[in-house]
Amino acid sequence: MTASLAPFAIFLFGAGVVALTRGWLQKAVMLLIPVVGMLNVLGLEHGSFHQLSLFGNTLTLTEVDRLSLLFGYLFHIAAFLGVLFALNVKQTGHQVAAVLYAGSALGAVFAGDMITLFVFWELLAISSVFLILARGGERSFQAAMRYLIIQILSGVVLLAGILVWVANGGTLDVQEIGLDGTAGWLILIALGVKACFPLLHNWATDAYPEATPAGTVFLSAFTTKTAVYVLARAYPGTEILIYVGAAMAMFPIFYAVIENDLRRVLVYSMINQIGFMVVGIGIGTELAINGAVSHAFNDVIFKGLLFMTMGAVLFRTGKINGSELGGLYKSMPWTTGFCIVGASSISAFPLFSGFVSKSMVMAAALDGGYENVWLALLFASAGVFHHAGIKIPFFAFFAHDSGIRVKEAPFNMLLAMGLAAFLCIFNGSFPGLLYSLLPFPVDYVPYTADHVLLQMQLLFFSALAFTLLKLYGVYPPELPGINIDAEWSYRWLGKRLVRAGRRIAGRQTRAVNGAMGTAVQGTLALVASSHDERGAMARTWSTGNMAMVAMILLGLCLAVYLF
Amino acid sequence: MAQPPRDEKPHVFDNPRNVKRMIWLLLICCVVLFGLDAVIHRHAYHPWEHLFGFYAVYGFVACVLLVLIAKQMRKVLMRGEDHYDG
Repeated sequence: MTASLAPFAIFLFGAGVVALTRGWLQKAVMLLIPVVGMLNVLGLEHGSFHQLSLFGNTLTLTEVDRLSLLFGYLFHIAAFLGVLFALNVKQTGHQVAAVLYAGSALGAVFAGDMITLFVFWELLAISSVFLILARGGERSFQAAMRYLIIQILSGVVLLAGILVWVANGGTLDVQEIGLDGTAGWLILIALGVKACFPLLHNWATDAYPEATPAGTVFLSAFTTKTAVYVLARAYPGTEILIYVGAAMAMFPIFYAVIENDLRRVLVYSMINQIGFMVVGIGIGTELAINGAVSHAFNDVIFKGLLFMTMGAVLFRTGKINGSELGGLYKSMPWTTGFCIVGASSISAFPLFSGFVSKSMVMAAALDGGYENVWLALLFASAGVFHHAGIKIPFFAFFAHDSGIRVKEAPFNMLLAMGLAAFLCIFNGSFPGLLYSLLPFPVDYVPYTADHVLLQMQLLFFSALAFTLLKLYGVYPPELPGINIDAEWSYRWLGKRLVRAGRRIAGRQTRAVNGAMGTAVQGTLALVASSHDERGAMARTWSTGNMAMVAMILLGLCLAVYLF
Repeated sequence: MAQPPRDEKPHVFDNPRNVKRMIWLLLICCVVLFGLDAVIHRHAYHPWEHLFGFYAVYGFVACVLLVLIAKQMRKVLMRGEDHYDG
């Protein structure tokens, strides 16, 4: 066992090597890091390793069990696909940040104590922000700063929660925390920010579409899924999460229908998918947790694939708005095909990966008696097919011909998309391997005649609805513009409140300054009138007068003393 | 808008007949899937699942509702692309 390294260490060291190398050597190193990392993780046994002592606390850098191993495998796969997709990026800083970011996610997943978790939680934020900054330009810079502030805040709240937890006698282990007490709520809010809980979600829809084409592929994989992992550890069976998750599955689909930036549509659908995972964690039964984490596994791959296809479109055409694209199937046929595989997977078509994992959460909701939540999730399932399954491929690759003719995506991008597409179909068609890695034993059978039929009915009639609405001109056209969301509170209202505050403060300051100035000048004039050369205090007195005054004062003292 | 090169050979969906064929194929699939409810027995866990064609109707209605509501939302929520720049 001592032969194994802490999984993050390989990425940390690798990032250093990437920083020092250039050209093909750098590319080779980048591809090698996740491969070596995966071999290392495959050799890990269950237990706590790489412990060190700090101020009397034992920090566990590597805590291995079924859940952390599943996410460990997943993040290595995601890192490999992302690196392969990003191979033609020329900025060394971008590549170093990407490798560090993947390493931070691995550090967080294998963290055995909350201090280590906190450190990697913040590292996730600091490393990933460079993937947004690398896009260049004022918009990306602003979005990156907002992203960084919110992510760091999440870490600060997490730290506060951990400190309260420990002060109340809790141990530092990453463990079930629950909602009894302040610490539980603080930690949940910190996780909720990173997991995109409703109203806390806007950093993702704001910043992800501003990142580089490859950057968004990395971003979509790690931050939110790390939060899902910690939620599954710390809050299984916390009932409020069922309703939070249902809201997350529902509200983004409406935004996705009217959003024009296709990568932002994908971020909304990412929040929708995390909603299913959060519901599963909230239900907390073995079936539900299995469903939640297996869906996280599949989601990283199919959402990564969809972000890759849109990244390839952005890379080749320089455009990403639905209103400016269309007809790209003619010049990017492979990308189109891979996008359809990703769309089928997220829509949970039979034989594609979403089918075998999302349905576990749905079944668990019915088992647990949450019928309204089940209806909401069913609505969201139809909705996700509508916006991610149809809208994304339709408006990018089909719809009206935009006249754009470009080259097919570069070979490394096609290879990454092809591998991801293969994994989507493999996990969907042969779920046995994925099921064998889940935290609890699986006795769920996805492929029954009635399950396949009901899913096909749901999806085909959703497609029929789209087709009819489109044919009869009811479907809202793709329009340039933005849709205000919770971020309006800080990007519009907050900005204006601060400005108004500044104006009022400025006016008050001027008033106070004015009053102070008058008072000071008055005092100075008074002092001057008595102390300048003609003033009473500055006059020169004769010695006799001085002696007279002294005698009178002494006489007064005597009188006071006597009576 | 960019213009496609003139000598480009027509692609599959440039022919409106192919688009029509796709739509007919979709319709036929829908009819067949709807009819299969009579053949394949469903293990119902929710009372509504007993209804004939429940999933088909639910999927269709959900998507129509989704689009109609989203269209109304656009009236309230949509702003210019420079809304936050001021």
